[in-house]
Amino acid sequence: MISAPPPIRLEHVTLRRGGHDVLRDLTGDFAPGSLTAVAGPNGAGKSTLLHALCGALPVTSGHIDRGGLDPRSIALLPQEGRLDRSFPISCRDVVALGWSARLGLFRRIGTAQYAVADHALAAVGMGGLGARPIGALSAGQFQRVLFARTIVRDAPVILLDEPFSAIDTATEADLMAIVRLWHREGRTIVAVLHDFELIRAEFPDTLLLGSGHPGWGPTESVLTVRPGRPHHLAAAYPASVERAA
Amino acid sequence: MRRALAGCLALSVAAPPLGVFLVLRRMSLMSDVLQHGVLPGIAMGAAVGGLSVWAMGAGGVAAGLVVALLAGWFARRTGTGEDSQLAGLYLVALAAGVAMVSAQRGVDLTHLLFGGVLAVDNTALFAMAGAATLTLPVLAVIWRPMVLESLDPGFPAGFGGLWHGSFLGLVVISVVSGFEALGTLMSVGLMMLPAIAARHWSGSLAGQVSLAVALAIAASVLGLLVSFNVEIPAGPAIVLSAGAFWVVSLVAGPREGLLRARL
Repeated sequence: MISAPPPIRLEHVTLRRGGHDVLRDLTGDFAPGSLTAVAGPNGAGKSTLLHALCGALPVTSGHIDRGGLDPRSIALLPQEGRLDRSFPISCRDVVALGWSARLGLFRRIGTAQYAVADHALAAVGMGGLGARPIGALSAGQFQRVLFARTIVRDAPVILLDEPFSAIDTATEADLMAIVRLWHREGRTIVAVLHDFELIRAEFPDTLLLGSGHPGWGPTESVLTVRPGRPHHLAAAYPASVERAA
Repeated sequence: MRRALAGCLALSVAAPPLGVFLVLRRMSLMSDVLQHGVLPGIAMGAAVGGLSVWAMGAGGVAAGLVVALLAGWFARRTGTGEDSQLAGLYLVALAAGVAMVSAQRGVDLTHLLFGGVLAVDNTALFAMAGAATLTLPVLAVIWRPMVLESLDPGFPAGFGGLWHGSFLGLVVISVVSGFEALGTLMSVGLMMLPAIAARHWSGSLAGQVSLAVALAIAASVLGLLVSFNVEIPAGPAIVLSAGAFWVVSLVAGPREGLLRARL
């Protein structure tokens, strides 16, 4: 168990990116130790919200109250495409660099820290592959490495940006087990996801973004199933084409 | 000649690691912008302070920093067509520099652009060695944040802009420090060509950096020998030597080499 993180409160938060409001007037809170899925169509501001939560993006208006938590102890696992996969670096070094958020940039990442990194690599099923350059990994293996880096960060609040897109089901099952472990340890977890079945099965809370009013609360009340098109999904996905995509 | 060799060796140790990062961050064009951008500054320095290495060097560094800031600002403000803005910037800077140099008597344009081994006096040597002495420790300090930011721009490294600024500052100083020996247009060659060649051989950052330094040293020695014996300016001779290494690497290198790609 880790010491309980403070709740993260959003008060009338509006976020702007590229000259447009992508998220308007969102109020609510992520309770300590909660496991929340963020869903909604493309452009609804899901990734933008995660960036604002970890302090990488300033809020346009409103306020995010992190209860005194240093934004650097909020770990963001970025969308796969946001990293430079061609950078010449080994898996082990990527994972060990997770220490930078805790050690600062100048304290040495030494043998003890590398031992933790190796342990994390083993935990995600990548034991023995530490020397491999990241350019030689499959999408699933690379995602495992990013999870190992997040393990190393040992953060009380963890944000996952589309952690399971473009990976195989076996990898998804392995990584979901790690998310469950984090949840049992009492960390607050927020994950952007597209798979509603997975959300219903694994995530107690859901924040549904999209056109109209957002839904935020227990998953069963936010993702209501009705005959035909689900009510909230109809609001979130105005065109059936988008649903298929 | 001995001074030129010592100076170029100092530059060969300091500049290629910067080049490796420029290549990895897909900022190769930035080196072009800077090498053209420093020229008006050097001309201005010569006009104000005479033909001293320090006056021209200070002018060059100032102009390089202005151009680097402008380039970054354009990139952020316009969003699209970043490389076309950079091209516009360096074309204007080169034309302005040539015009300013031509307007002054006693400044040899060919020398400024392409360098001359015999022009390397003690002051110029100190400038080159000093730049290398400054570059290596600063690079060591900003190494980890640079790796982090190149790999994952969203990672909370803190002071994000500061690393990038210091890095560009080092590139500017490196370009300017080499201008007496190599000329403003050529000094970037020693930074970029070994770095581009090295990526065809090594898959690790440390490997690319060490190989780039080794290639730069070899190119400096070879180029100066050729320049001394065949009466061509040192800048082009060194850059052609480095260029030869690059072509060999491009054709025969095990990573993304042409021969390998055909097999």
